[in-house]
Amino acid sequence: MSELTKLTIAEALSGLETKKFSAKELTAAYIHKMDENRRFNAYVSETPEIALKAAEAADKNYAAGTARTLEGIPLGIKDLFCTKGVRTTACSRIIDNFVPPYESTVTERLFAAGAICLGKLNMDEFAMGGSNENSCFGPVINPWSKDVPLVPGGSSGGSAAAVCAEMCAAATGTDTGGSIRQPAAFCGIVGVKPTYGRCSRYGIMAFASSLDQAGPMGKDVRDCALLLKVMAGHDVKDSTSAFKEVPDFEKVLGQDIKGLKIGIPAEYRPEGLNKEVAEAWDKATAMLKARGAEIVNISLPHTKYALPVYYIIAPAEASSNLARYDGIRYGNRVDGAHVDDVYVNTRTQGFGKEVKRRIMIGTYVLSAGYYDAYYVKAQKVRRLIQNDFNEAFKHCDVILTPTSPTTAFPIGDKAMMENPLNMYLNDVFTVSVNLAGLPAMSLPIGLASNGLPLGMQLISRAFDEETMFKAAFALEQDAGFKRK
Amino acid sequence: MAEYVIETPKGKWEIVCGLEIHCQIISKSKIFSGASTEFGDDANENVSFVDAGMPGMLPVLNKECVRQAVKTGLGLNAKINKYSVFSRKNYFYPDTPQNYQITQFEYPLVGEGEIFVDLKDGSTRRIGIERIHIEQDAAKSIHDLNPKKSYIDLNRAGVGLMEIVTKPDFCSPEEVGEFLKKLRSIVRYLGTCDGNMDEGSMRCDASISVRPLGSKELRPRTEVKNVNSVKFAMQAVEFEAKRQIALYEAGETMQQQTRHFNQTDGSTTFLRLKEFSDDYRYFPEPDLPPLVLDDAFIDDIKKEMVELPDAKKARFVKDMGLTAYDASVLCENKETADFFEKAAKGHDAKKVANWMMGDFFAMLNAKRLPLEKSPVTPEMLGQLVDLITSNVINGKTAKDVFAIMAETGENPEKIVEEKGWKQVTDTGAIESLIDKILAANPDNVAAYKAGKVNLMGWFVGQVMKESKGTANPGMVNQILQQKLG
Repeated sequence: MSELTKLTIAEALSGLETKKFSAKELTAAYIHKMDENRRFNAYVSETPEIALKAAEAADKNYAAGTARTLEGIPLGIKDLFCTKGVRTTACSRIIDNFVPPYESTVTERLFAAGAICLGKLNMDEFAMGGSNENSCFGPVINPWSKDVPLVPGGSSGGSAAAVCAEMCAAATGTDTGGSIRQPAAFCGIVGVKPTYGRCSRYGIMAFASSLDQAGPMGKDVRDCALLLKVMAGHDVKDSTSAFKEVPDFEKVLGQDIKGLKIGIPAEYRPEGLNKEVAEAWDKATAMLKARGAEIVNISLPHTKYALPVYYIIAPAEASSNLARYDGIRYGNRVDGAHVDDVYVNTRTQGFGKEVKRRIMIGTYVLSAGYYDAYYVKAQKVRRLIQNDFNEAFKHCDVILTPTSPTTAFPIGDKAMMENPLNMYLNDVFTVSVNLAGLPAMSLPIGLASNGLPLGMQLISRAFDEETMFKAAFALEQDAGFKRK
Repeated sequence: MAEYVIETPKGKWEIVCGLEIHCQIISKSKIFSGASTEFGDDANENVSFVDAGMPGMLPVLNKECVRQAVKTGLGLNAKINKYSVFSRKNYFYPDTPQNYQITQFEYPLVGEGEIFVDLKDGSTRRIGIERIHIEQDAAKSIHDLNPKKSYIDLNRAGVGLMEIVTKPDFCSPEEVGEFLKKLRSIVRYLGTCDGNMDEGSMRCDASISVRPLGSKELRPRTEVKNVNSVKFAMQAVEFEAKRQIALYEAGETMQQQTRHFNQTDGSTTFLRLKEFSDDYRYFPEPDLPPLVLDDAFIDDIKKEMVELPDAKKARFVKDMGLTAYDASVLCENKETADFFEKAAKGHDAKKVANWMMGDFFAMLNAKRLPLEKSPVTPEMLGQLVDLITSNVINGKTAKDVFAIMAETGENPEKIVEEKGWKQVTDTGAIESLIDKILAANPDNVAAYKAGKVNLMGWFVGQVMKESKGTANPGMVNQILQQKLG
């Protein structure tokens, strides 16, 4: 039965359709894996009863010939998505017992398409972090770890680890500065951050509203294409979601990439770039070239400002978005003599260190006298970064870069713990994409000499995920990466 | 222009004042959620997840609120900005569940406009409007249910507001009062705000400073909060001006500050200095794209515009011959103006106006009835005036007829008919009445002829009494003059 959890969604759907196995068997297999792999700490809430009940319903639909797009596919859901009646915590002590009376649009669409909820996945508190060490439920362990426990990346660390360790067929993630792509790279899976506005943000606890985007994390490119098709689309409940037709992403997989122009940005190869990362990048470039793609050298001159700009804008929005967690209406309250004391006590005890740090930074950059120098300036540079991409896409169709400057690092890494800036550097290849609102994805390209997966990032024009998927599929074929 | 000068033994001073008025927008649902805006429902009845600031909830702009604000802007002759931006105003208080208010800051929906106010001395003053922006209202805090706890009613949280900011154009309490009345009148005409200051659907803050008469300097101002009636606003301006003058004349200085208005005695008390006020950390609301309007949207609203009080008033003066004062009283609210127009149609408009502003309003007041519940319809009032102008009844009888109309809702012609109050206008009949009175009072006739001409009034009275009030007093007078002359 454990073989069932190795199947991709596409394979599982075909097996369910042909009655090789039932949705109940498939779901039970994943529940078994969840038990077996509990040491990774990927799940923070498990809902096996809900899952098995949904699986029975799925089997009835298959029997009746009324199966939906994702009928009977068991998913893990990042704990940032509000799920009706199922505890949703953002892995923060401040709301660690919150049960939403509503469903996020993305999960609603997935479940309406027949997908099954196995439970809620661990993450960095309020999606702030790149290692999943900032969770009130403790860190997630990367399934690739050998002697030393490694981080799975973050913030969607639970999602990446769960997909990697076959504890779900696929998972949802969110990506504000790399939170889908970097953990996907660290765990050797595929993760897609769609164009800003492609998926509704309704019901996803907000971190940085102008950057947050939900996306799929799966075993391969095809699974992500299948999932995104269901997750995406305009939603009247999110005014920033786009009125764009959602294409059938799966259709482009396998299409010829001959003549496709692949942009290689010079700025992503700074002096001192990890040699193995650089080699993997060259290898991927060569694979695409061998298929007839045209390699184009491009420049994204404002790349070096992306991190500072990101770490002004994201905390600014977060400081305001997280203001609602005050202990007054929901979540945990720590009482005090005056209402101001309630705020201070609740938030002091409720938020973790990194969240507090970002609230402080965000509050500072929005303050009178600093707003123009930080926030306004950052918005201007953000525009320059967007312009860089617009200019680059005049010369190429898709951009290829590494996803992360390193492979997964150990939990409790000293350099990261002592200086948060070292942690922030993990996002150096991913944040520009969020600032520009573009779609990007990470897929595994191979293993480094330390035996850990390396990821490649593909970036395409806004609302042109198809080109990205097309190139990614070709790369996936040639890389022949063996999943864990 | 009437100048308002505060004179003390030490000098002459003038006032510089501007207002910020929050008007609750009339709309079925709140500005960023689908929850109802009904006033007076049970606490926390009309609350959506968005209003309660639940995790992951997003605002969705209610187009109706935009329409209403644009309409108000057009009514104030203001520039409509086709591009405007929502911002977050960040501050922690339990009446604002998100701990930020969605408002507009740098790019408001409506730009500069104007309102003209009529003053008692017959002059008109133009008050400039700086801007109108739209935003969400806060919840209501309830502090008096429990000695140790406060309660929050979220029904009001998220109701759409228009914040109307004026230029510092006010020079007197009277101007402030007349402005508020005019603004209230305009928004009620437009149906964009019900203007009920006592229910809090229209709320006012006043910024006040003083300076020596004729000087152009701007001294630190005080912002007085919570002045929620026309009378209070006038009191606040006067109190603040006098308080500031007393300070300056005592050789003291004043810092920019926020003060609270005390409704019980019309005074103001210190709240906080401006320099210690909150830093609201405004930034553009990332959950809402900029609001971009096209010409068609604005043109549609222009088509819905109704005639506003100023235009109506001008028409009443020009086409119906009313005095400016009568016209402005009748135009203050649309229902009254409509009632008047219906009543005056085909009748003597000036007389109808006199009747409305006299006996008619007095009757409504006495009965504590709103206009729409009046037992006297506009048509009946018109008929009554017709009966007078066509000499069917005289003015005095008309008052009696009106009293019966007010009680019974009966048609005036029918009342006159039934009561037999039709005025006697037959010369012969009046002559015979007069002859009868003269014959019965030879002494007074003699006295009159001897020069006691003020007996004329007595003779008229006798004749009227004899006719049971139905004789035409003008004709009685005239014939008496001839006979005694």
